[in-house]
Amino acid sequence: MAQAAIELIGINKSFGAVRANRDINLEIGRGTIHGIVGENGAGKSTLMSILYGFYQADSGEIRVGGQPASIKTPNDAIALGIGMVHQHFMLVDNFTVLENVILGAESDALLKKSIAKARSELERLEREYGLEVDPDAIIEELPVGLQQRVEILKALYRGAEILILDEPTGVLTPAEADHLFRILGQLKDQGKTVVLITHKLREIMAITDTVSVMRQGTMVATRETAKTTVEELAELMVGRRVLLRVEKGEAAAGGVKLAVKNLTVKDTRGVTMVDDISFDIRAGEIVGIAGVAGNGQSELLEAISGIRRAVSGSVMLDGKPIDLTGAADPGELRDRGLAHVPEDRHHVGLVLAFEENENSILGYHDDPRYLRGPFLNIDAIRNDARDRIAKYDIRPADCRLKTANFSGGNQQKIVLAREMEQDPGVLIVGQPTRGVDVGAIEFIHKRLIAMRDQGKAVLVVSVELDEIRSLSDRILVMFAGRIVGERGPEATEGELGLLMAGIEHQEAAL
Amino acid sequence: MSTPYAKLPAWADYGLIPLINLFVAFVVAGFVVLLVGENPLRAAVILVEGAFGKGTGIAFTLFYATTFIFTGLSVAVAAHCGLFNIGTEGQAYIAGLGIAIVCLSFDSTLPWWLTFPLAIIAAAAVGALWALIPAYLQAKRGSHIVITTIMFNFIAASIMVYLLVGPLKPAASQAPQTRNFLAGAELPKLNWIIELFGAKIRSAPLNVTFLLALVMAFLVWLLIWRTKLGYEMRTYGHSPKAARYAGISETRIIIPAMMISGGLAGMMALNPVMGDQHNVAIDFVSGAGFVGIAVALMGRLHPVGIVLAAILFGMLYQGGAELAFEMPAISRDMIVIIQGLVILFAGALEHMFRPYIQALFASFSPRSVGMEAVKGKGA
Repeated sequence: MAQAAIELIGINKSFGAVRANRDINLEIGRGTIHGIVGENGAGKSTLMSILYGFYQADSGEIRVGGQPASIKTPNDAIALGIGMVHQHFMLVDNFTVLENVILGAESDALLKKSIAKARSELERLEREYGLEVDPDAIIEELPVGLQQRVEILKALYRGAEILILDEPTGVLTPAEADHLFRILGQLKDQGKTVVLITHKLREIMAITDTVSVMRQGTMVATRETAKTTVEELAELMVGRRVLLRVEKGEAAAGGVKLAVKNLTVKDTRGVTMVDDISFDIRAGEIVGIAGVAGNGQSELLEAISGIRRAVSGSVMLDGKPIDLTGAADPGELRDRGLAHVPEDRHHVGLVLAFEENENSILGYHDDPRYLRGPFLNIDAIRNDARDRIAKYDIRPADCRLKTANFSGGNQQKIVLAREMEQDPGVLIVGQPTRGVDVGAIEFIHKRLIAMRDQGKAVLVVSVELDEIRSLSDRILVMFAGRIVGERGPEATEGELGLLMAGIEHQEAAL
Repeated sequence: MSTPYAKLPAWADYGLIPLINLFVAFVVAGFVVLLVGENPLRAAVILVEGAFGKGTGIAFTLFYATTFIFTGLSVAVAAHCGLFNIGTEGQAYIAGLGIAIVCLSFDSTLPWWLTFPLAIIAAAAVGALWALIPAYLQAKRGSHIVITTIMFNFIAASIMVYLLVGPLKPAASQAPQTRNFLAGAELPKLNWIIELFGAKIRSAPLNVTFLLALVMAFLVWLLIWRTKLGYEMRTYGHSPKAARYAGISETRIIIPAMMISGGLAGMMALNPVMGDQHNVAIDFVSGAGFVGIAVALMGRLHPVGIVLAAILFGMLYQGGAELAFEMPAISRDMIVIIQGLVILFAGALEHMFRPYIQALFASFSPRSVGMEAVKGKGA
């Protein structure tokens, strides 16, 4: 390893009583790609926010290029040649690429001069790093992969020598992710340093030179990527052995539980998001819907669960029709045995301000079990909540605690426990493990498979291709509101990736 | 890196922080008093003594507090459902009409303990119906409840002026008010309770409506935290999307919530009308509905907090009146400034000192802020 680009020495940071970073030491070599992995809440983002000047460390030292550096604001970081690409892009949607790139770095009071200067600089950068983007394109008209490229260009335009990427592949198709990795490789070849924060271990293995693992605010290990394995990294992250691949037997699929026919759904702007979709789910099987986020999966889930009104089409639940275009109501569907774990647990699946036990009846608060006349039967509600906390190992085991104070994985377990314990015939699950730590992912996957083995029909929608592939008995791929293909669980990532990018769909349309 | 703000123990959250906010409000108010050339310490003493020093003062403070408990509860019930009911003022005002009809019809024939329940029903019903129209418009047409309730305040005021200078005014009278009620519509005073503790009371309007207010505070607690309707209201109030997911219909929740809110606002009118003035006069609500917003916010939308905040505002009203009397340099307007500062610090700037107090607690004992407990260890 050559000279260090960044050295972090003894970094500590607390939020109130939470010690987000404890005594972190980290050395990142110049001209390398360095991965940082860890579960949610392990302190990765905090550490990078300290490096980028969003937060200041309580104690410790940062050295950039061997020199002690004081980074108080992102501007200090930029001046030191540190650039950051955030998980959620910081772009002005209705500006052009060029305008976004110079935003905040205008060289003159009049835009005309800045733009002319930026245009030639941008062309140079694009050529040098293979980052082709039309400088005059409007951001909102670009696919996410290109928007991310604009973020990288922004950082390079400001003279970044060190580039931090926070979960960069979350919104990308596998092909787009591959392209990103090629770009990062090129940046490395040109002598730039790349720091990659991710929870996807396979990406770490594919692209990084060195990798550091964080757990509960501490840096537990740094390894040369070539000398470690996915299993070792996972164990370091969680602190115990984890099963990365769900073990499951053959599906014993029975009769059709849910039949969707010619379903069309529009969003609030009137854009068709689900376009004439038909599929069946049978008892005892898990059907997975793969696709890049925003291709109509959310609207499909909302329509089937009665939250959003469909424009046309029919859905049969246990052979009886549901009036999704008219009066269907989530409560009525629940009564008929359709349980729904929504994608957005923070705003839909849970009320974060509620106590845990109050959330454990959300949607089932009409159940006579939980009522005494117009009054809530508080004892029954809390007893049920306590039972589920024990059964699903929800931590901390306190049904009076505010839901917001549970970790993402435990919040998801609260929702899953509520929906699974109703013994539904059909379970539809959106993003079962989004924002959930590795340990809880294993638990949730096992539970979903157990539901299947009990003969329930399970529909899983996820943007994590790995999850879809390991859980599903059948995989449907959605692109632009249509199902563009059905594959078995043995389908390769490349094959599904092409479908997700709409390649086959476009060919079919030609 | 979840929430940077740690949780505080309940006593600090509900006791210490409001007290600190109040203290700061009084310190700033003290500077204002200093500015007009009076001694702030003496002013504070007069204010507190005026409100709590003598039996009469206490009775007046609780009389004002009664009014604010009703309006505070009204605002809080709507707020739990995510609705900002600015119409408490108008709902209380128009409820005076219901009370007038009951009292003018029965005060010569029925005793007070029969008139009173009828008047309660009439006041609540008129207030609730007045809130029903904005509620319906919000639920069915999406008309914003803030705008419609403000407009309904003006409509209520106009109707009441028309009625009080016309149909409801005795023919021979020059004053824009109903005739005075007879004994059958006069509520008994509660001053004897304070006199039990040895205080002397000359004359004060504290009456049985105070007890009704406390009962209502309990019923509101029961409604919000112990009934299915309250659960649905809170779900909708925190997250309309979660309510939709849970199968809670927007219409079936907004309309009852606003009607209960309007009913509570309507009951406020009982206190001045039947307990004090014994007639319905123009502008008898005089801003109590708006004070209710401050009371509800300061009381953190919890009935106990609302009762305490209502007593605080009762104290400011009563003590402020004494202050204006004792210190000529301090006019009624100065009292409004002091009240405004209390609202500013206890309401709008409620969280100003919070991070510092949390840091303080965290440095003393991390466990007291519950951090170990909330650090879920995954699974």
